[in-house]
Amino acid sequence: MCRIGAIKSLNYIHPSMALQLMQSQQKGHDNSGFAMVMQNLGGIFEPYKHLPTLSMACTDEGVKIAEDLLHEVGFNRVTQWAPEVNDQPGLDINAMPNYVFETFKYPRAYKHANRKEKEELLLDTRLKLRRALEENEEGFVYSFWPDLLTLKEIGAPRDIGTYFNLWETDNRFTAKVITAQCRQNTNYDIVRYAAHPFHLQGYTALANGENTFYLKNKEFQQGLHRGYIGFESDTQCLLYTLHYVHRELGWPLHYYKHVVTPLPFAEIQQREDQKQLLGIRQSLAHLELNGPNTIIGMLPDNTLFTCCDAKKLRPVVIGRDNNTIVISSEVCGINEILPDRDWEIDIYPNEREVVMINDDLEVQRWKQ
Amino acid sequence: MEAIKQNDVTANDLPWKIVYDASRCTMCGSCVATCSFRAIVPKVERRRMVFSEGNFPEPKTRFSAVPVIRQTKSIRDYCRGCGMCEKVCPNDAIKPVRNPDTRLPVITRCLGGDSIKRGGRKNLEGSIRTLDKIRVGRISQMTDPSLDAQRHTFDLLAPFGRILPPHKLPFTPDDDQQLITNEITPPVNWIYPVIIGDMSIGALSWRMWEGVAMAVAYLNEECGMPVRMCSGEGGVPARLLKSKYLKYLILQIASGHFGWNRIANAMPHMVEDPAGILIKIGQGAKPGDGGLLQAGKVAEHIQAIRGVPKADLLSPPNHQGLYSIEESVQKMFLSFNAAFKFRVPVAIKVAASATSVSVFNNLVRDPYNIVGGFFLDGIDGGTGAAHEVSLDHTGHPIVSKLRDCYLAAVTQGRQGQIPLWAAGGLGKTGDLAADAFKMIALGANGVFTGKLILQMAGCVGNDMGRCNACNTGLCPTGITTQEPALTRRLDPEKVAQNIVNYYLAMDQEFKKLLAPIGNSSLPVGRSDALISTDRAVAERLQIQHVC
Repeated sequence: MCRIGAIKSLNYIHPSMALQLMQSQQKGHDNSGFAMVMQNLGGIFEPYKHLPTLSMACTDEGVKIAEDLLHEVGFNRVTQWAPEVNDQPGLDINAMPNYVFETFKYPRAYKHANRKEKEELLLDTRLKLRRALEENEEGFVYSFWPDLLTLKEIGAPRDIGTYFNLWETDNRFTAKVITAQCRQNTNYDIVRYAAHPFHLQGYTALANGENTFYLKNKEFQQGLHRGYIGFESDTQCLLYTLHYVHRELGWPLHYYKHVVTPLPFAEIQQREDQKQLLGIRQSLAHLELNGPNTIIGMLPDNTLFTCCDAKKLRPVVIGRDNNTIVISSEVCGINEILPDRDWEIDIYPNEREVVMINDDLEVQRWKQ
Repeated sequence: MEAIKQNDVTANDLPWKIVYDASRCTMCGSCVATCSFRAIVPKVERRRMVFSEGNFPEPKTRFSAVPVIRQTKSIRDYCRGCGMCEKVCPNDAIKPVRNPDTRLPVITRCLGGDSIKRGGRKNLEGSIRTLDKIRVGRISQMTDPSLDAQRHTFDLLAPFGRILPPHKLPFTPDDDQQLITNEITPPVNWIYPVIIGDMSIGALSWRMWEGVAMAVAYLNEECGMPVRMCSGEGGVPARLLKSKYLKYLILQIASGHFGWNRIANAMPHMVEDPAGILIKIGQGAKPGDGGLLQAGKVAEHIQAIRGVPKADLLSPPNHQGLYSIEESVQKMFLSFNAAFKFRVPVAIKVAASATSVSVFNNLVRDPYNIVGGFFLDGIDGGTGAAHEVSLDHTGHPIVSKLRDCYLAAVTQGRQGQIPLWAAGGLGKTGDLAADAFKMIALGANGVFTGKLILQMAGCVGNDMGRCNACNTGLCPTGITTQEPALTRRLDPEKVAQNIVNYYLAMDQEFKKLLAPIGNSSLPVGRSDALISTDRAVAERLQIQHVC
């Protein structure tokens, strides 16, 4: 089973905090992997917030393929960072030869391009990179987006932390939002692309659960947008629905909940906005999510949110102190990293709630 | 002595033989009175008896006239095997027995010079049904738990009406982050996923039709199940058109347009909108053939409701248009949309065919969003009357065709935009919930059923040649006849009760199928929930093959 967690802070935090959050929940997951997405970056990436950073794991040949391709498109590298690895014997990690975090300037032709044009370019470039590296399994591109990076690997989370020296806090590799998950998705094949959190154009999602409407979601989504690909995990469907509802349709976030877990018809008929809710239930029927689930999502503006399935079959808890808010599958994770918080104000969201946290750590509880 | 000629029709030429035991018969006459086909008659037989009197054998012969029941030897009044005689006999003295050596298909054509007509369903049983080779095999276990059919709530509803693609929804967020809309969107009604299929007044007796209508009203008003019935082509009683119960009725128009004059005249007096309009292009039981109501069934009230004289009523095989069939159907869509001021969904019913996907593609790609449902009817559907050659030898099975249409929609990213409703032999084994559920997982939004409703009411016909005499107007159960004496056999209240109870049972069974796959709403297109041990079926339907 997956365990998921997210930390959002007013200050820059180090991934060691995310590792700690997940480590205490290790009985709940199967120690088969660790994956995280960091957003609103500090440390060495702080000066380059407006420029896209590539997150990739690959072979030496993969590095070359990617750099050639990016050069061809017109991207120019401005900085790069490779984690110092601690390759001691006995670690449970299935490591790739290279982990690449590089920040690029946009191509000259995009000097006067608007935000949307740049965002489409970044997606197209990532898809090109993925295709190019897929041929001989030369590498995996997880994200290519400003102010955001992704790290994923197969193995025991503790050992993955040791391998990347993530247990030792420093100021160079930090962010104000970190989402993390501790399991390679073993429902299907063990492949690096199957580990959530997943990222697409500023949207990140991770989930603890099953999506029994996976096939319906997948069949519908693959025709909706060129970025909806892969489907190595049923959690990708949740990301694509988030991206579609919030970015493509331009609807406010709380309508995401109406799409994935629509109200029963009997309740819709009692509502003033029944026309909209029925319209959503009708036209987006194939994006409904059925099955036990807790979702954590992150928006391009750093808003963090969580919601559950309609039967509240999966747990989630939110704890906070003055500077930090933590979302976690199990409360023991929060106890670990915020031991002195007032646990009486912890939030256990119900099946009809969306809890949203904005950049000032203001918490909104929105009832469906 | 009767002289029998070689080509005379005799009992062993007929599909059923009457087995009669004179020694058990009390001569009560019930069997003869009940046989609506006049297939048995009382007769007197001359019997020879050898007997002996006294202390020593001294055989003598006596002839006597004995009253008995005998089978009629006629290709008009022959036994259909309905078994009513057996049902009413107090002494088990009489019953029909199937005659495997029947020559009826040959002698009927030879003597009549006309094609054979009958009611019922296809009577050629070749192999195990496809649906019986499929199981619901994706069972939720452990981390993805099964639901509790008794405890959890389920949303068992299906759409009837045109559904817009998400990017066409006219919703925009306001300053309070609420979606607002002022535009009209196509009407969609969410209804129970099993529609009572289109059977006309005319095909059915008025008491049967009344029983079905009562059941529908009860299911809606007392059981909270939004079940809809389709009128069939043949008009609707004016009193119902003007009542609040019209909202439970889908009005049908077919190529004969029977009854529509009365419906159009009632429009200004309607207090409710009908649940929908169904334009019938074709029917699975007799594809490419129109409706057929033989004069024998065109009783006075049928003449009044349809506005016709007593004559054979034939619906043409297609809708007649000035320039083209497409044009006339499109006009129908537009006029019905307009007539009910775009408040009532308009759908189309076609027979499953090798060309169904092309027809569906044309409809689903239309930019005007006028078609609110694609009703696809397969070969195993029932009918009140058809030529036997059509019934047995034309048509297309529903399962793969429904799947093809769904997958065609998937390929275009248009799944769900025109709801798919499937029929044609569903519930043939008596178990409609399982059949419907499998069809839904293969991509249907819902199903419709007709023949099974008759069986709930007591129809004794089956797909092995039993009864199937709906066309004669002599239905022994009072279901498909307009003869007052026969219709009185049917108790409409009992019909309603049976249908309501069946629906309640089916609803439970739906939940028992939804719970193990962990779904609380209908799994439309969830083919991953299905498995088959038959490789050909699995490959054709793109579901998992298991062994």
